[in-house]
Formats: sequence, C-alpha cells, structure tokens
Amino acid sequence: MVPESYYTALSAILFTIGVVGVLVRRNPLVIFMSIELMLNAANLALVAFGHRFGAADAQVLAFFVMTVAAAEVAVGLAIIVTIFRLRRRLSVDELSIMRW
Amino acid sequence: MDAALIPLLPLLVVGGTALLVIVLDLLPPRDRKGHLGVVALAGVVMALLVSLGLWGREGRAFRGMVVLDNFALFLDVVICYAAALVLLLSTDYLRRNDGERGEYYILVLLSTLGMVLMAAAADLIVIFLALELMSLSLYVLAGFFRGRLAAAEASMKYFLLGAFATGFFIYGIALIYGATGSTALDRIAAATRAGTRDPLLLVGLGLLLVGFGFKISSVPFHMWVPDVYEGAPTSVTAFIATGSKAAGFAALLRVLLSTFKVSQPDWTVLLWVVAVLTMTVGNVVAIAQSNLKRMLAYSSVAHVGYMLIGVVAGGALGAGSVLFYLLVYTFTTAGAFGVILLLERGRREAVDLDDYAGLAGRHPVLALTLALFLLSLIGMPPTAGFAGKFYLFGAAVRSGYIWLAVIAVLNSAVAAYYYLRVVVYMYMRDTEGLPTGPAPSFAGRLALAIALWGIFQLGLLPAPVLDLAQAAVAPLLR
Repeated sequence: MVPESYYTALSAILFTIGVVGVLVRRNPLVIFMSIELMLNAANLALVAFGHRFGAADAQVLAFFVMTVAAAEVAVGLAIIVTIFRLRRRLSVDELSIMRW
Repeated sequence: MDAALIPLLPLLVVGGTALLVIVLDLLPPRDRKGHLGVVALAGVVMALLVSLGLWGREGRAFRGMVVLDNFALFLDVVICYAAALVLLLSTDYLRRNDGERGEYYILVLLSTLGMVLMAAAADLIVIFLALELMSLSLYVLAGFFRGRLAAAEASMKYFLLGAFATGFFIYGIALIYGATGSTALDRIAAATRAGTRDPLLLVGLGLLLVGFGFKISSVPFHMWVPDVYEGAPTSVTAFIATGSKAAGFAALLRVLLSTFKVSQPDWTVLLWVVAVLTMTVGNVVAIAQSNLKRMLAYSSVAHVGYMLIGVVAGGALGAGSVLFYLLVYTFTTAGAFGVILLLERGRREAVDLDDYAGLAGRHPVLALTLALFLLSLIGMPPTAGFAGKFYLFGAAVRSGYIWLAVIAVLNSAVAAYYYLRVVVYMYMRDTEGLPTGPAPSFAGRLALAIALWGIFQLGLLPAPVLDLAQAAVAPLLR
C-alpha cells in the first residue's frame, strides 16, 4: 500500500504548482485553474489525513470544499464573461484603469 | 420555541429575511424594488435587537460547531449596524444609478449572514463556509454595476485575490487537521495545550493567517483594497470596509486567542511586524492619493494596523479595545463613505479632491458631517476615534509594547495630514462653479445621523461600551 506521506507530499507539490501558477500566469482563466489546483491539493491532504485518523470529518470537509469550489466557478466565470463583454480581450495586465 | 434553536436566533433572523426577500423579489411590482430594501432593513434591525436581547446567554448548536456567547453577540451588533447603515444608503443610490434590482438586497443579506456566522463559528469548517458565503456575495456586489468597466475590474481583482486567499486558508485548515486530528476549535486548543509541537501545526497557522490577512487587508496582502474600494459601488465599498473587516477580525481573534493561546509568543512577533508595516504603508501611500475613495481605502488599511496592535497586546483590554474600535470604525467609515455617496452628481461620483473644493459653501451640512467623520478618523477628541485609539494604544503600553504605541502615535500624526487636507479643500478653497447635487434622501440623512450619533455617543461616553467589549472577549480568554 502507498504510505500516507506520499499523498501529503503530492498535495504539497500540487499546492506549490497552484501558487506559482497564480503568480506567473496572466490569463484570468488560467489563474483561476491554478486556484482550483490549490483547493484540490488541500482536498488531497484532507483525505489523506482523514485516512490516518480513521475519521470521517475530513472527508466531509473535502466535499464542502468541492461545493464551495463549484460556487466559486459560477461566480468567477460570470465575472470573467462580464469583463470579456466590455473589453473583448482577457489579460490581467490590461485590468489597469485604476492605478495608485 | 425549541431551546436548541436559541443560539442560532441571530442567524435565523438574517437568513430568514434573505429567503423572504428572494420570494418577494419574484412578486410585483417589477420595476421598483425599494420595498425590498425596507424589508431587508427591518430584518437586519430585528437581528440587531435579537442580539442585544440575547446578551449574556451562552449556548452551542450543531454539536458545538456554532456558539452563542457575548463575543459573537457583540460582533453581531457591529455587523448589523454596518449592514443597516449600508441598506439605508443604498436604496436611493441604486435608483440614481439604474441599478435597482432585487438581487442587491439578497446579496447584502447573504453576506451579512456569512459575517454573523463567522462571528459565531467554533469550527474551522464553519469559519471556512461562512467566509465563502460572505466573500462570494461581496465579489458579485463589487461588480454590481455591470456596464461599468471599473466595477467589473474591481470585481475581478477582488475575486481572483480572494479565491487565492481561500486556497491558503483551506490548505492551512488541512495541515492543522493533520497535526491535531480535529477541526473543532476547542479540540485543537486541547491538542496544543497537550504539547503538540508538530511543525505542521505552525505552518497551518501561518497559512491561516495569510488567508485572514487578505480578508482584513493587512500588509502585504492589501493590494486589492484600493482598486476594489474605488471601482465598487460606494455603498458596497462601505460594506466591504466595515462588515467584512469586523467578521474577519472576529474569526481571527477567536482562532488566535482561544485556540492558539499556547503559540502566543510565536504569532505575537509576527503580528507586531505586520501591524507596524500595515499602518505605515497605509498612511504613507494615502498621502499620495487625490481620489477620496482611494484615500479612504489606504486609510482603512492603516486602521487595520491600529487594530492589530490590540491583538498583539492581547488580554481583556487589548482584545476588548479591538472590538470597541471595530464599532467606532464601522460608524466612522460608513458615515464617511455615506457622505461621498450622497454627494454624487448625476452618474458621476464626487471622488476627486477638487470636487470637494468649497463644499462648505454649497453643502454646509454635508461638509460639516464629512469633516466630523474625518476628525474621528484622525482621532480628535471628543469623537469616538479618539477614545478608540486611546484604548488601543493604552493596551499596548500596559502590555509593555511601548515602541508599538510610539510608532502608532507617529502614524496618527502623519494621517492627520491627508484627512485635514480634505477639510482644508472643503472650507478654504473657492467654489469653482460646480453645480450642487441633489438633496440627500431621507434614508441617507437618517444613516448619517445614526453614524454621527455613534461617533459622539462612543466618544463622549466610551466606558460602558468598552466594559461590554471586555465582557465580550472574556469567553475567549478563559
């Protein structure tokens, strides 16, 4: 059987990829995907820890996180579509009518 | 009524009102939604009265995941005041901006529900869900004026950075769960007292603090604040500045003071640095602003720095003065944004400093009101800002953080410059032939009157409320 530490290590790697993705990418959709990666890294860690403690509460929390992520997708895509309608282009570098 | 439901009463009132407004929104009249604002306001005032009526009671619900104690009730009062002021200011403002839609009131109530739930949450899962309920509603509200690019941009920035912070927050929860085997705050506290020195726990707490840092907008997580405050509708800006900060501080105080009491030496050092950076960056950058909404945004960052001083000082006085300051800050900031909102002419907001030149001649009452709110933000006696700062800095001195208090006082002196500049513009510059705006609506005048009453009540007779605030934090310090 795969040891639990492998799962937590993988989740840490996924989380780091997500953070780096948010910081370096310029397309809001890709940034958003990176954020989803962070949330799913947390889910993986939760499920692995829940397995260690033999308790169900972390597995339940993972479901809550998925639900919240779905709600975030709905709101986030709506905002992105609104911007696209007004602008016809999509890059966070252009979101700069307000400065300092 | 079932006794098990009593701890949930404030939540039930706000949530029930939100559902009621959703139903009423479907009924005629279709073109006017002002009555929904009245219903929403009635619900929030009801929740305020219920919270005051429950004062002193303790209880738990959902197997200890939601608690009722004086701490939650005090913050319920702060949040309900914020929501009520925002609703009073909103109705007329929305109508003037062609944004009168029922969803606005529903979203305001849902985010209020999230804030009230955050104050009452005793489990990291509930804190997470409450935080998301509040934030998701606010993301949408920030972009409520759909046709305006600035609003859409504010909404997008708020959303991306907020969701980023959520990622840190939930990963922190996962690590804390991994170290202690529970998400319930009291069981985590028991595990830390038992001497768990798992590095996972400290890393988890650090990630949690990053998440909170975004929500209360402390440096270095404040980048979204000026853009969101400027682009969002002014009524929503006032709500983000007051309600969401109060909720963020509620959860932060509960987690730090009651759950991570053992690690206090660790997080105190960190928060000391963050507090100094937050107030200094906020105040210094605010000087350079010529847009009043942006200036108030940076000033709100600085005020978060002041409040963090109380968290660092800790104890009943430190934490109590944070709660006191949150109430003061709610009245003052909601009032200041309220004046900006009421001064709007046509579809153009009066946000540039030049728009305020000679305001005393055109709108003597509004100019005087804004001047009083700015004096309270500076911390001039006899306004509430003075009492609030006095208690915060006093708590720092009493806990031995002399330097922190000195830096804070110097910061307040810097802040006086940019607040007084607005007053100088209003009273000592000539009117440049700018047209006078519409007379403020009755609801708007009522909101300003309540906020003014708040800053003088708390400024002239602060001791009773401070006693209540100290009683409110007592459950956390046991």
